Amino acid sequence: MKQLIILSGKGGTGKTSVTAAFAHLASQGKFAGQVILADADVDAANLELILQPTLREEQDFKGGKVAVIDSDSCMGCGICEQVCRFDAISAHAGVYTVDPIACDGCAACIYQCPAGSITMQEQIAGKFYFSESRYGPLYHANLLPGQENSGKLVTLVKQRARLQALDEDRQLVIVDGPPGIGCPVISAASGADLALIVAEPTVSGVHDMQRALDTLKHFGVRALVAINKADIYPQGAAQIEDFCRQQGIPTVGQIPFDLTVASAMVAGEAVTAFQPDAPASVAIRQIWEQVAAALLPQP
Amino acid sequence: MRVVVASGKGGTGKTTVATSLALVAGDATRFLDCDVEAPNAALFLQPQLDTRQEVGILLPVVDESLCTHCGRCAEVCEFHAIAVVGKRTLVFPELCHGCGSCTLNCPERAITERLDVMGVLESGFAGGVDFAHGIMNVGEPMAVPIIRQLKKAAPAQPFRVEIRDAPPGASCPVVESIRGADYALLVTEPTPFGLHDLKQVADVTRELGIPAGVIVNRDGIGDNAIEAYCAEAGLPILLRIPMERRFAEAIASGRTLVDAAPEYRPRFEALLQTITARVNA
Amino acid sequence: MKLAISITGNSLQSAFDPRFGRAAAFCVVDSESGEWTVHENPALSASGGAGVQAAQFVAKLGAQAVVSGAYGPNAFDTLSPAGVAMYLAPTGESLTAAAVLELFRAGKLTQAQAATHEGHHGGHH
Repeated sequence: MKQLIILSGKGGTGKTSVTAAFAHLASQGKFAGQVILADADVDAANLELILQPTLREEQDFKGGKVAVIDSDSCMGCGICEQVCRFDAISAHAGVYTVDPIACDGCAACIYQCPAGSITMQEQIAGKFYFSESRYGPLYHANLLPGQENSGKLVTLVKQRARLQALDEDRQLVIVDGPPGIGCPVISAASGADLALIVAEPTVSGVHDMQRALDTLKHFGVRALVAINKADIYPQGAAQIEDFCRQQGIPTVGQIPFDLTVASAMVAGEAVTAFQPDAPASVAIRQIWEQVAAALLPQP
Repeated sequence: MRVVVASGKGGTGKTTVATSLALVAGDATRFLDCDVEAPNAALFLQPQLDTRQEVGILLPVVDESLCTHCGRCAEVCEFHAIAVVGKRTLVFPELCHGCGSCTLNCPERAITERLDVMGVLESGFAGGVDFAHGIMNVGEPMAVPIIRQLKKAAPAQPFRVEIRDAPPGASCPVVESIRGADYALLVTEPTPFGLHDLKQVADVTRELGIPAGVIVNRDGIGDNAIEAYCAEAGLPILLRIPMERRFAEAIASGRTLVDAAPEYRPRFEALLQTITARVNA
Repeated sequence: MKLAISITGNSLQSAFDPRFGRAAAFCVVDSESGEWTVHENPALSASGGAGVQAAQFVAKLGAQAVVSGAYGPNAFDTLSPAGVAMYLAPTGESLTAAAVLELFRAGKLTQAQAATHEGHHGGHH
């Protein structure tokens, strides 16, 4: 079983549109019936908007605990506020309260409270879902706004996808990754066999792609780079090609700027299924062939 | 006045809006790039970054000569980042959140703290704009401590307007960037992804009690669902920036919108006035 | 020797759990007399640092050795200085704790000399 993750560094470079197209293409070729999909961008889970799957299972995802102050026994001494390094405790008209969004769940305040007025309470941080999509089973999740622990939820999504793949002897897990380079990305990329970075040839995109590549290198994940909206700024695309050549990272193609991608999104279709002859579809198909080849055992 | 520019979905044009807003706001403007995983505003504003400070969290250091291995530190640690086994007290830096509870609870005062560097803050002027950003080190999982310290850093001059460029998403780093702001500008694009993620971040601003308005970027692509949602949610649409290839090309090359399209200067000035009026209302 | 075996249930007849930090429980058994007790793993619900917490737990139970299917770096780094030996039982087949005990008595279990896998990332935000 192989795990492929789609990443970008910068958000909005087209990761999810590429992932959805890969899901479509993989459902037809040598991976037909072999694919499991996982949307690891639990902050902004968008793959389902294209795949429009049928929900099969839903469960609450419990996040960390947060401190709660009992206002009846609180003496208003303010020690908790001083102790808290997360600026989560403040007083309004002499009444101390914890901002559950800012609370890190460290419980430092509990041990310092002379009145014993603080307790920890568990929170529901989001929802975990399992669905059937037209291109295969989809594991996804939704973090409630402002919740923490997205790395943990990402791990859960990936673990479940991996387990089903192992159980049913499926050959490929395609993971739609989150933006950035932090905890959710590290969780999403850990254990991946191959990462495809969808880069954008803008000054921001080039900068963030380099940081994403550094992160993958740090964790020992093999990377390929595809350039989306390549013709928007050809100098940027050339810069990406140069950078990758110097670093020994293969580039696997350029996707032209194509409004068909947005139309496909509105239609709830993978662009390659929506308009197979659109310039973006043709390019993504060629990229997929190279990615699929890179997933197979190297001779 | 503190204005945060957020979006939910990545790549909708947060930095484009934030940098152009900073340029029209002029002197006495402070700019904080809170997207410490992918900080890009400096690429557009080109500040002279002359101040640098390492930031991170405080990790416990146990003085074995004072430690009696009573196990109190391990007991109070919610993250199991410190353990006492036999005659050894072990610290696991990658599990530590830097809360300081073990230090406070140690009856022997055997724990001191050291800075675990997670990134740097850099600051300097871009014209009259007092600019600062945080850069998270590669391989670090936690962005929030860096954002928190970026927000706390002393400004180089008194400011009238602080503009924060938030990271994408709707989880803790975004919340930390939005907290304490007086107004949130939510930049979206008229696609199902843009709408879905706009809803998420609008929920965050609502939960934090921060008034918000919407900017529709790449207007003309996709569909009209954003309008319906904004009307229903009571979110004003403050500005529309059409999908024009010349904007995309200019921004790709590192130019700001108001520089590439000067006709947007008065629109951003009006935007700033609208926000100021709403905040002061 | 006092042995802690990671298990999924509540007795010596329960299935062996190949996970250490996230095992449901530990069966602490005297390898000579065969006397046993079962202790629920407090780390099961930990949001992070389960390996550290489970390691401290079995050390406090007085186990001189543990048997599990794998040890992460944090579990390994906690168990080693605690002087708790780490044995690996086969993970591919379904075994009961009693069967694992027999393998141990027969000298058929190998000792882990280092963490057997990379850390699970989690618990941060």
